[in-house]
Amino acid sequence: MSISIRGLSKAFDGHPVLHDVSLEIPEGELVALLGPSGCGKTTLLRIVAGLEVADAGEVHHDGEDFSSRSARERNVGVVFQHYALFRHMTVAENVAFPLKVRRRPRAEIGPRVDELLSLVQLDGLRGRYPHQLSGGQRQRVALARALATRPRILLLDEPFGALDARVRQELRRWLRRLHDDLHVTSVFVTHDQEEAFEVSDRVVLMNAGRIEQVGTPAQVFEEPASPFVMRFLGAVNVFQGHLEGDRAYVNDLVFAAPGAGQARSAHVYVRPHELEIHRAAVKGSFAARVLRLVPLGAAVRVELSAPGFGNAVEVELDVRKSEALALSPGDAVHVSPRRVRVFPAHEAAAQDSLTASGL
Amino acid sequence: MSRAARRRLGVLPGFGLSTGFTVLYLCVIVLVPLSALALRATTLSWAQAWSVVASPRALASYRLSFGASLVAAAVNVVFGVLVAWVLARYRFPGRSLVDAVVDLPFALPTAVSGIALTAVYSRTGWIGRYLEPLGIQAAFSPLGVTIALTFIGLPFVIRTVQPVLEDLDPEVEEAAAVLGADRWQTFRRVLLPAMVPAALTGFALAFARALGEYGSVVFISGNMPLRTEIAPLLIMTRLEQFDYAGASAIAVVLLAASFLLLLGINRLQAWTRARTGLA
Amino acid sequence: MIGAFDPVTAARAPATAAASEPPAAPAAAAAPSVRVRRPATPRRPTEDPPVVEWALIGLALAFLGAFILVPASVVVHEALKDGLALWKEAIVDPDAIAAIELTLLVAAISVPLNALFGIAAAWSITRFRYRGKGVLVSLIDLPFGVSPVISGMMAVLLFGAHGWLGPWLLDHGIKIVFAVPGIVLATVFVTFPFVARELIPFMEAQGVEEEEAAHVLGASGWQILAKVTLPNVKWSLLYAIILCNARAMGEFGAVSVVSGHIRGVTNTLPLHVEILYNEYAFRASFAVASLLFVLALVTLVAKKALEWRQRRAIREAARRGAPAGA
Repeated sequence: MSISIRGLSKAFDGHPVLHDVSLEIPEGELVALLGPSGCGKTTLLRIVAGLEVADAGEVHHDGEDFSSRSARERNVGVVFQHYALFRHMTVAENVAFPLKVRRRPRAEIGPRVDELLSLVQLDGLRGRYPHQLSGGQRQRVALARALATRPRILLLDEPFGALDARVRQELRRWLRRLHDDLHVTSVFVTHDQEEAFEVSDRVVLMNAGRIEQVGTPAQVFEEPASPFVMRFLGAVNVFQGHLEGDRAYVNDLVFAAPGAGQARSAHVYVRPHELEIHRAAVKGSFAARVLRLVPLGAAVRVELSAPGFGNAVEVELDVRKSEALALSPGDAVHVSPRRVRVFPAHEAAAQDSLTASGL
Repeated sequence: MSRAARRRLGVLPGFGLSTGFTVLYLCVIVLVPLSALALRATTLSWAQAWSVVASPRALASYRLSFGASLVAAAVNVVFGVLVAWVLARYRFPGRSLVDAVVDLPFALPTAVSGIALTAVYSRTGWIGRYLEPLGIQAAFSPLGVTIALTFIGLPFVIRTVQPVLEDLDPEVEEAAAVLGADRWQTFRRVLLPAMVPAALTGFALAFARALGEYGSVVFISGNMPLRTEIAPLLIMTRLEQFDYAGASAIAVVLLAASFLLLLGINRLQAWTRARTGLA
Repeated sequence: MIGAFDPVTAARAPATAAASEPPAAPAAAAAPSVRVRRPATPRRPTEDPPVVEWALIGLALAFLGAFILVPASVVVHEALKDGLALWKEAIVDPDAIAAIELTLLVAAISVPLNALFGIAAAWSITRFRYRGKGVLVSLIDLPFGVSPVISGMMAVLLFGAHGWLGPWLLDHGIKIVFAVPGIVLATVFVTFPFVARELIPFMEAQGVEEEEAAHVLGASGWQILAKVTLPNVKWSLLYAIILCNARAMGEFGAVSVVSGHIRGVTNTLPLHVEILYNEYAFRASFAVASLLFVLALVTLVAKKALEWRQRRAIREAARRGAPAGA
């Protein structure tokens, strides 16, 4: 079932949480709502679920307006952040709950519960109570329960948030496989970029109640639509520059800046792995001094200071390259950007207060 | 529920029924009777009301009620903090029994407390007989009233201070010790300030409860007008004489005092929360 | 709201069990002169010298002894000092039996009513957003601040012969004051906040997620209440009902005003204690009082057991790292 969100706005106690949000989610897709905490992603999910009612705007499922339907009538599967398992019911009772309250015949409930429990690989634990389960097991019970009535939409609120790192890894892959099998239209909320990229078909980046960008993981990472997206998705170096026509200048380096408009000054963003280090000056490079080398496993992070470019320029090299250069602190080197993104400064300045986790 | 209502309230069902029943029940059981009381008091003219409220007998009853309640609450602060400390900090045989017994004044019907305390503190009672030779008359005196009010207010301070002590992070004390404070300094400068808001709340609660107390006092006080007659008893006496307006006037005075205390407690707790983040 | 007007519940705040070292860790670090006696392990900085400890324990026990243990023992002693036969005689007296029956009846009406109210109020206050909740919560607390005598008096003012509705009731032959309905009414007022006050903070702490899950999964309002909410709050509810019941059966002042003290008709157990006492029938009075004393003991034991159960649940929840509140 496709989901179409049109012009949603929501405020709590006069404090706006969503501004005029519109989004199309095609049938069968697995979409991540990604953004920092407080960006409105959970509220958006809860409105789609029918757990909050928007101040303005509509939610359509397969072209039908669901806005005035109660959550109970929507038949949407929801996995809550803390699972919300009924603590006084066993695993099987939890999974059977949505069937029982719909008064399905007993002959139907039993086999369906068995089927769901084997789907989530919990056949052996049907008699356990939620507090006797591990976090990952609870998560899967919540999922089985949400799928019991064969919803055509599945919503997950920070589904891996409360789990430890290793279990999270496993569950991500498992959820992806499950989605590929069931093809239920799914939306999940996360603040973890890695999680969003690994699991989803498409990522919806949200910030301060607005959608910043929608695209495949590769799209949003390679072609960020805004400084916020740039900063949120991983570490980035920011250089101050000025604009003349469709060129941006940082000290004596020149970059193409098409469509920069009327702005006078610019911010030039470069990802650490898109900077090269040379022993000798090359075209388009600037001089820098090595401050520190931080081994990161397969890569090495080099921290440099460069006059005119700040004291905290970061470069990420793969180990082999770093070995070839044989850098040590104090070395004078030259740094050249392979790829930059230029954003007019007024636009970037508005985003400066953000807590972009990648920084 | 309409969409607009769900937008404001939340999506779960049952708002109308639960809120409607809550408000209706509250009105019928609490608000209507309270207004009946207030309105009845207004059937008196100011002069009449004043003559009832400020009669010597009424004034004497306020003095006793307020005075004895104050002393009782003060005694309870001192011993309440002590008992709370002992229960929270020390392990000794029978500790959990003692912990349970502290609530007896809440669980024991006041009439039973009243006759029991009278039996204990009367001239021939288990404790009263030892006070008699010292020239102390416990039962049928203001002292008796104070004893009864101490008894019924006893759990309040203990039960407000004890959780604070139990929740106090031992690291705070350890830090004080590492920073060079001796045990007494740690207590006075670190632990005591943490207890003060709770102890004050407990004091106010015990005081408010004592002001209105009736059952445990009427037996031990002797009920002599001007000497051992508490304000609630005076209301009772007026009622028995069918002087409803007079009884209402005194009741309004008593209620006003109680509600002011409650308001004070409210403020105190809000202040404590704001200052320490603890309830 | 008035956070702890009922300190019985205040004590249930989740408490981290204080580290229980053996109390007899010796040596006094404060006085240098006792250095010689200091053993290999000095006292931890958060422990008190044993002398201080035992002195404080002794003082606390002496205080509790004089104010609680002695009065409690007197009740038992006075009730039984002339033998069980006489005790039984006072209990099986027809007036005493009538008082027991009336007390049970009054509790059987007022406790369920207030429980129903408590559930409705807690559902309304903790499951919806609306203005004026704070006022509502404060109003629910109000009866705790009203003297029992005044509580009873309000019923008289409303329904008494000279009350607002008195003449109308008289015309229709309905008797409320100096009759059982008045006693019930006064008791309902006095015990009004117990269940609501317990459930509201508890359901607030539990959060709304499970109810929301049930709603999304298709449950109706009544199904949510019966299958999710009530099972989750059952122990808390039971706790409140036990306290509410103790107060309902033991209420004296309020009931005293409205009862009219008609033996065998409008006499509850506490009033019967008073009547016997005022007639100098001390033994009988204490015998009846001993019944109420047993009620208090049962209440304390049940309360303690439920508190113990809840602490254990919180500890377990903390250990598993799950959201607490079971």
